[in-house]
Amino acid sequence: MTAAGRALPPPAVSKAVVARALAPRASGRPWTYYVLLAVFLLYLLALYGPMICIYILSFQDVRGGLVFPMKGFSLHWFVDLFAQVRTGDVKGAFDRSIKLAVIVTVITVVVSFLAGLAFRRRFRGDGIVFYLMIGSLVAPGLVLSLGVGLLLQYVGVEGRWYTSAIGAQLSWTLPFGVLVMFAVMSRFDRAWEEAAYDLGATRWQVIRLVVIPILAPGLVAVALFGFTLSYDEFARTLQTAGSLNTLPLEIWTMTLNVTSPSLYALGTVTTIISFVIIAICLGTIAVIQKRRASRVPAS
Amino acid sequence: LAKGDIVAARDRIFGWLYVTPLMLVLLPFFVAPILVVLAASFFQSDGYGGLIADPTLQNYVDIFSRTLTFNLYAETIKFTVLTWLFSMIIGFWVAYFLVFHVRNPLLAIGLFLLCTVPFWTSNIIRMISWIPLLGKEGLINMALLRLGVVHQPLEFLLFSGFAVVVAYVHQLTIFMIVPIFNAMSRIDKRVVEAALDAGASRLDIMRMIILPLSKNGIALGSIFVVSIVMGDFFVIKVMSGGGSASVVGALYEDVGVLQYPSAAASAVVLTILVTMLVALILRTVDVRKELAR
Repeated sequence: MTAAGRALPPPAVSKAVVARALAPRASGRPWTYYVLLAVFLLYLLALYGPMICIYILSFQDVRGGLVFPMKGFSLHWFVDLFAQVRTGDVKGAFDRSIKLAVIVTVITVVVSFLAGLAFRRRFRGDGIVFYLMIGSLVAPGLVLSLGVGLLLQYVGVEGRWYTSAIGAQLSWTLPFGVLVMFAVMSRFDRAWEEAAYDLGATRWQVIRLVVIPILAPGLVAVALFGFTLSYDEFARTLQTAGSLNTLPLEIWTMTLNVTSPSLYALGTVTTIISFVIIAICLGTIAVIQKRRASRVPAS
Repeated sequence: LAKGDIVAARDRIFGWLYVTPLMLVLLPFFVAPILVVLAASFFQSDGYGGLIADPTLQNYVDIFSRTLTFNLYAETIKFTVLTWLFSMIIGFWVAYFLVFHVRNPLLAIGLFLLCTVPFWTSNIIRMISWIPLLGKEGLINMALLRLGVVHQPLEFLLFSGFAVVVAYVHQLTIFMIVPIFNAMSRIDKRVVEAALDAGASRLDIMRMIILPLSKNGIALGSIFVVSIVMGDFFVIKVMSGGGSASVVGALYEDVGVLQYPSAAASAVVLTILVTMLVALILRTVDVRKELAR
């Protein structure tokens, strides 16, 4: 937050006044409102429509194809997905991807949190660290993947999903995690920390008892990014996971070979997992905020 | 030594202490791979996936003497520009609608989250989900045929450049919406009111207040969109049905036939180009200040 931002009193103009100013018509809504509402609804339709189509199509029976109309209704392709060897080792890939995502999430939260603490103040060389991070974010995934692959070959180590792939994925999840921490930290008032120091708390106590509880919702958001970005990561894992596939690699192979609704069934299952994770994280954040609101007397 | 100096020194030490874990990831998994790729680009291939450490510029000469290279870059840049343009236009108006037209702030945040949820799901799945819609027997063609708009199914919808752009815009518009939404939310509504009082038209407000103040958000979104499309290959490969190639796609094929040095050389050229584009965008905005605001 800038000094100027802090010095200004909170906006005294009511929302209604601004709304009237932006929408000076008698009906209260300018014509642009209806145009943009249409744009927004079309965007949502295009965002969710296709996804919903494949969820529906994955529930066809054995005659099912890749397009509408629906042929029957059954769980055939879900059974097919996990039973058949033809479609590859989907079960194993699920197992590996989830374990990998959990490990990556934990590391992402801890490392991003610490980096977030560091970036609150300027320190010598902070620009280098920051731009290395941006570089890691924008570098083409396959280029890094190739580099790690060559490095492993040079050192003579086999790539594994639980070693090299973790590092390769962290080079993608950490920049996002730290960027989220930037946003979270900008709302953190240092006065609370100073107060704790004045009362004689040690650095560790301040972090454990003041900083972490206050930043908890932000840390959950970092975890959400860590898990989902790792769980869906493809390019950086491609040359670094070794001989056993993670789920996105499995999906990629299926995209090129499989032309049955089992591909859609896999899409449905993996999206359900993503949705569960998103719901858990957003729910946790909502619960924390609600408990906070109930503790603070209404002013 | 003044107390201030000690505090400053302590801050510096803790600053570095706190970013050490981050550096322990970035050095081996970002800096080292880039350096290895750079080194490999000057080596020769033994044809079996091995490298011969005999420095040569041949890999670069090969790249720049092939017309294929320029076609690949033209194709990739075409898709980058189209995706950037459409995702920016859609992202800007969606963010504008949420910030300035939705009056209930809780509803605005809810709708904003609704836009972001697909970001946390699989990109590959979101891409293939266009197949039942755009295909020759897909929903759109069926609907058009039934309505009598066309008599033959439209072939250009799937496995074409059109499909590639649709898939990219579908995946990446969120990268525009989030930073622009953030920038617009921070516009002080009193500035808009003052402008109206001073007699500005709504077009003036858009041109002189909202656009300049959302500029940083647009720049931030552009960095994501440009770097992701330039570095991607599977959307082009799948959605063009093999009709279009991309720089990274060609690189991946080199890797597939174990031609590491030539793959490394084209990786270096691509990385330099992406870095230049990002640096160009960064010149217009102080990202760090924008993030920490």
